[in-house]
Amino acid sequence: MSDRQLAVEFRGVSKLYGALAVLKELSLSVPQGEKIALIGPSGSGKTTVLRILMTLETIQAGTVWVKGEPLWHMPKGDGLAPATETHLHAMRRHIGMVFQHFNLFPHMTVQENVARPPQIVLGVTSGEAEQRAQDLLRLVGLAQKGASYPAQLSGGQKQRVAIARALAMQPAIMLFDEPTSALDPELVEEVLAVLRDIALEGKTTMLLVTHEMSFAREISDRILFLDGGAIVEEGPPDQIFSDPKEERTRLFLKKIIAAGHRID
Amino acid sequence: MIWDWDFALRIIPDILRGLGTTVIATFFGSLLALAVGLVIALANRSDVTAVRRSSRGFAEFIRRTPLLVQLYFIYFVLPQAGVVLPPLLCGVIALGLHTGAYLSEVYRAGIDGVPRGQWEAARALNYQQGQTWLKIILPQAIPPMIPAIGNYIILMFKDSALLSIIAVPELMSMSRNIGNDSYRYLEPLTIAAILYLLLSGIAVLLLRIIESRSGMARLTG
Repeated sequence: MSDRQLAVEFRGVSKLYGALAVLKELSLSVPQGEKIALIGPSGSGKTTVLRILMTLETIQAGTVWVKGEPLWHMPKGDGLAPATETHLHAMRRHIGMVFQHFNLFPHMTVQENVARPPQIVLGVTSGEAEQRAQDLLRLVGLAQKGASYPAQLSGGQKQRVAIARALAMQPAIMLFDEPTSALDPELVEEVLAVLRDIALEGKTTMLLVTHEMSFAREISDRILFLDGGAIVEEGPPDQIFSDPKEERTRLFLKKIIAAGHRID
Repeated sequence: MIWDWDFALRIIPDILRGLGTTVIATFFGSLLALAVGLVIALANRSDVTAVRRSSRGFAEFIRRTPLLVQLYFIYFVLPQAGVVLPPLLCGVIALGLHTGAYLSEVYRAGIDGVPRGQWEAARALNYQQGQTWLKIILPQAIPPMIPAIGNYIILMFKDSALLSIIAVPELMSMSRNIGNDSYRYLEPLTIAAILYLLLSGIAVLLLRIIESRSGMARLTG
């Protein structure tokens, strides 16, 4: 099996909210280092894919695999048993997430937001954590803001701190849930620039949920178009955007263009 | 009815002793209330339905019945069940339970006031449950609770006058006893009122200082 090279795999995953199926037997696989963009109308289930991977949402059917290990299950005899919190804790080590609404810790400075988690969770020494935080804040262009509190930053700055915070945990897989959707238009580009750097660096597996079509086209290796809790179409960015095979993909892109967004 | 300074000065030491008892009752009542409130608040969030129901029922019962009834219950009814406690302890328990039931709501509001995204960020960063509470949730939940907790404790301080009814020698009962003995109520009751006012006032002032230093300004930017 080539499982070992896969960073993420969904096998027939279903997610239900009561009677409402948010994901319907969804399957996907993401090789290590691949940059994937998930696009689709709201309610299509793309954010749910990320939230399941981050263990923020449970699944009702199927299996999720991260680096060849089951995420929501544990091997038991010949089969699988539901994961314990200990197992989830061990698995989360591989994954980091950047949220639409940043979710920075408001009672900590910018520097503390980035330095404390590796210290508390990974047991990194305080000296190393502070150094790592400074390096990452420089990477996202906020070296001067370490002593500020999140409330003193613009949305774009907050999101860049959130990216630095996620990177500080050095996850192999990074999830970005509409990272620019909550930003004023003039602040979008500064966040995309940081994401571009991370994508170009290459090693990290990226799953990006976005409405920034031209950015998705630019940085991703593959586009997944989701609708109604299933993958309707997937393929290389140029094919999806220039020559979509499915009617629903065409309709969606048409709406996006009509709303004034660029897809080239 | 003329104010008698000599008499007033003579009774002040006794009244101050009463004030000491009032402060002790309020202090230990507050500690108990803070703990009881926390236990109720946590039990109300329990995954076990029976625990949740009984703690909610208990808090509801305490909040919907008068403190005086609870006080009488502990002082007069418990002894019939073989539990005899000294009056001051009865008073502390009644004050602690009563105020604790209200504080559980303050805790709940404070904890619920922390946005869901904070829990999710902590989980995404792989914080364990205890680390999430200590490092992320409580530091944000506690500062907004302080004014309400302070107000409930000040209320308790004034409510502690009810302990005079079960013969706790606190400020109110000392003053009333002086009145009963001397047939002069003006001076002892006036002095008692002034002392209640003074201490409540100081407490409010302290509360404002704590509030301004507790980091609320930082959270709201």
